[in-house]
Amino acid sequence: MIRAGLLGLLLAATAVPAAAQTIAITNGIIAKGDGSDPEQGGTVVIRDGRIVAAGVGVSVPAGAQVIDARGKWVTPGIVAGFSRLGLAEVDLGAPGSDDTNAASGPFNAAIDVTPAINPLATTIAVSRADGITRAIVAPAIPRSIFAGQGAVIDTGADMNPVTSARRFQFVELGEAGAGAAGGSRASAHVLFRNALREAVELARSPTRIYSPDARRSEDVLLTRFDAAALVPVLQGRQYLLVHVERASDILQVLGLRREFPGLKLVLVGVTEGWMVAGDIAAAGVPVIASAVNDLPSSFEQLAATQSNVGRMHGAGVRVSIGLINDNDTRFMFAGRQYAGNLVALSRLPGATGLSWGEALKTITSAPAEAIGLGGDFGSLAPGRRGDVVIWSGDPLESSSAAETVFIDGVRQPLETHQSKLRDRYRTLERNTLPEAYRH
Amino acid sequence: MQGRGGLALLLAAAAVSGCATQDKPEPKAPPIRIDLDPYPSTYNRYPGAVTVIRGATIFDGEGGRIDNGTVVLSAGVIQAVGGADVPSPDGAYVIDGQGKYVTPGIIDNHSHLGDYPSPGVDSHSDGNEATSPVRPEVWAEHSVWPHDPGFSRALVNGGVTTFQVLPGSANLFGGRSVTLKNVPARTMQGMKFPGAPYGLKMACGENPKRNYGGKGQMPGTRMGNIALARATWIKAQAYKRKWDKYDREGGDVPERDLAMDTLRGVLAGQIIIHNHCYRADEMALMIDMSREFGYKIGTFHHAVESYKIADLLAREGICSSMWADWYGFKMESYDAIEENIPLVHNAGACAIVHSDDSNGIQRLYQEAAKALADGRRMGINVNDEVAFTWLSSNPARSLGIFDKTGSLKPGKMADVVLWNGNPFSNYTRPERVWIDGAQLYDANNPQRRPVSDFELGQPGEGDVK
Repeated sequence: MIRAGLLGLLLAATAVPAAAQTIAITNGIIAKGDGSDPEQGGTVVIRDGRIVAAGVGVSVPAGAQVIDARGKWVTPGIVAGFSRLGLAEVDLGAPGSDDTNAASGPFNAAIDVTPAINPLATTIAVSRADGITRAIVAPAIPRSIFAGQGAVIDTGADMNPVTSARRFQFVELGEAGAGAAGGSRASAHVLFRNALREAVELARSPTRIYSPDARRSEDVLLTRFDAAALVPVLQGRQYLLVHVERASDILQVLGLRREFPGLKLVLVGVTEGWMVAGDIAAAGVPVIASAVNDLPSSFEQLAATQSNVGRMHGAGVRVSIGLINDNDTRFMFAGRQYAGNLVALSRLPGATGLSWGEALKTITSAPAEAIGLGGDFGSLAPGRRGDVVIWSGDPLESSSAAETVFIDGVRQPLETHQSKLRDRYRTLERNTLPEAYRH
Repeated sequence: MQGRGGLALLLAAAAVSGCATQDKPEPKAPPIRIDLDPYPSTYNRYPGAVTVIRGATIFDGEGGRIDNGTVVLSAGVIQAVGGADVPSPDGAYVIDGQGKYVTPGIIDNHSHLGDYPSPGVDSHSDGNEATSPVRPEVWAEHSVWPHDPGFSRALVNGGVTTFQVLPGSANLFGGRSVTLKNVPARTMQGMKFPGAPYGLKMACGENPKRNYGGKGQMPGTRMGNIALARATWIKAQAYKRKWDKYDREGGDVPERDLAMDTLRGVLAGQIIIHNHCYRADEMALMIDMSREFGYKIGTFHHAVESYKIADLLAREGICSSMWADWYGFKMESYDAIEENIPLVHNAGACAIVHSDDSNGIQRLYQEAAKALADGRRMGINVNDEVAFTWLSSNPARSLGIFDKTGSLKPGKMADVVLWNGNPFSNYTRPERVWIDGAQLYDANNPQRRPVSDFELGQPGEGDVK
């Protein structure tokens, strides 16, 4: 019976909400996700799947469905700033369920993650139940420095997960890139330059890409599809997310724009970013950082400190946080814990953290802005998608829970495999039928 | 416990008895004891001032709470714990704890710090002797790198004062664990918790069969896991009979086997079993196996399905050492739920929050906060001070050191954390940490912060990490 109910909700919830549906969430503590402090007693109005207004003094439109959020917190849905959400049901020992990379496949840059996203993955349901409404999803590298094209997805209980397909290309240019390039950073950089030059050739003559008599120079390393996939990167029509951690690697990446001025760079990881924060800020390149990495867990992270995000922010870098190689298929809920930890650092002598509002921003509007979608989602500003979460308390405390979640203005089911197991085993007394009959 | 030099004596005795076999039977030689502590602790506590913390909220680690409480530390131990009326000794260093919290130091009973240190390069990968599924002869302490930068993070960010380093879970029998005090030292022995019993890491489920089945070697299945473990216990029983007889009657020294020494210690109740096991059905099998061979399981580690058999675990008196919310990364963790810890606690079984992770060990108190809140949401109302037992007294019991640490009781080791707020919060951090009464971290004093050898002269050396 419950199963039928879930399926019903699933079918009812589509990316396009019913027309003229107006929802007003009143009396809550509202945090807009734009860096501002929370406000007491505000109202959020959603109409036709988009935010109409949010804040104190916003009036409730006539005919609106009113949800009283007294004592609750209301925020934009959490955005997983870098993830592999929806690509793997189980990471280890169940290979059929894992589409994070294609280590023995022939393609790299041409790979597009969107066909692999499974909106019914339990990881998406678990994320949704914790208030994560959108995610930036990157493939992992196969045997190349290029992982392929990543997408932005929502976590809605429907079959249309993709918000923006092929939003970015993802490339590894640190230790992982060096490994994929045969063993050195120098090789990775040559591979990168060569690949973009192959793209230059294709960009000059688009018919070379797909026409029946498609021809390329004989002196090429990439498959035609891979080289073609880099044309929009070269031309700045597609973001290039680059994973680097070491300070010198960061500078090398920033320097790529001298050679390829069209690149729309976003730095990912960036553990040693604080050492070159001025350069990153001057370049105007946004960063999706690991929030609280503080271990010299590799030789590219020797300068790791939890103050990294705070220091970069202080230097004027546009920082958001993501789960870079950090249980990136499933632990999206760690994002708000880390954001809370950044607030904790602001109260620790000698450390640098973020204000509460800035910390929330790193998991809402900042990642959306990093990939040019800040006008579409990530905050409660008018016109943004109606991704709104009502929390039992302060969302940067992991002890608070998402109680009501809207995606595109559609209220979402929050039941999961886990919550149903909890209910099944709430008591262990032997009953008239086995546990398998409790559902 | 035997004195040092036992092994040398043993070798000498073996040589003598080798000659003696040529002659007429002589009266049996008296038994030579095996040295049970050949790598003994050299840890010595560092000096600490007589210290009084006043006005703080105290969680005593055994479930007790004192508001506006007072804790007195002196000579390395807890001198007194009580309310505002507890006097300060003359000349004591008095700390105002208003608005702050005092707890015992956190104990992580599942760590690989030192064995899998940072940086995590191949040269440092010393946690799994994955060359045979049966390796009870290896000791985790022989892999510990005392300069792992992870120790300092666990101390200053996590308030962790004691932890158990376990071998990995590649093997059915992974080897002996070691319990360490989180005090930097030049040697492993300098960190070794004095008097802590050894543990033996066992593993069931996916890891052993994955590691060996792929090599065409047993175990390749779960039934292979159990069969090989049983066969090993059968050998251990025979070994124990032989050595017990020798210990009673003397005579020819039986051949010594390091692996069997450890298993004999388990069968004799001297070494505690720490059993990596995720699924409820497999935990039940491990319990039956322990009965079959006459040993006791101390703690199931990871134990993501303990909630399905919490009644059995309570009955058996077995602890579960768990994450708050890790799930789904492998098939045997597919049924992990966020309410596992409170459900185990609620059934009257022993619940422990563990890390198994050099990052997670820095946030165990936040992980406990999640579990606590998830439990409350389903109607399991545990007080903060009771939930703190998951971080202190329960892991101390699991490690066999609860008589020495794990709670704020007079006479126990002064392993203490002063938190800048309620520890069940993402906003809270340790402000000061004492181990055996020595203040080894002070957030307000950059000199009271350890920097590992590895990090000296590296960028960010002086950072608050």
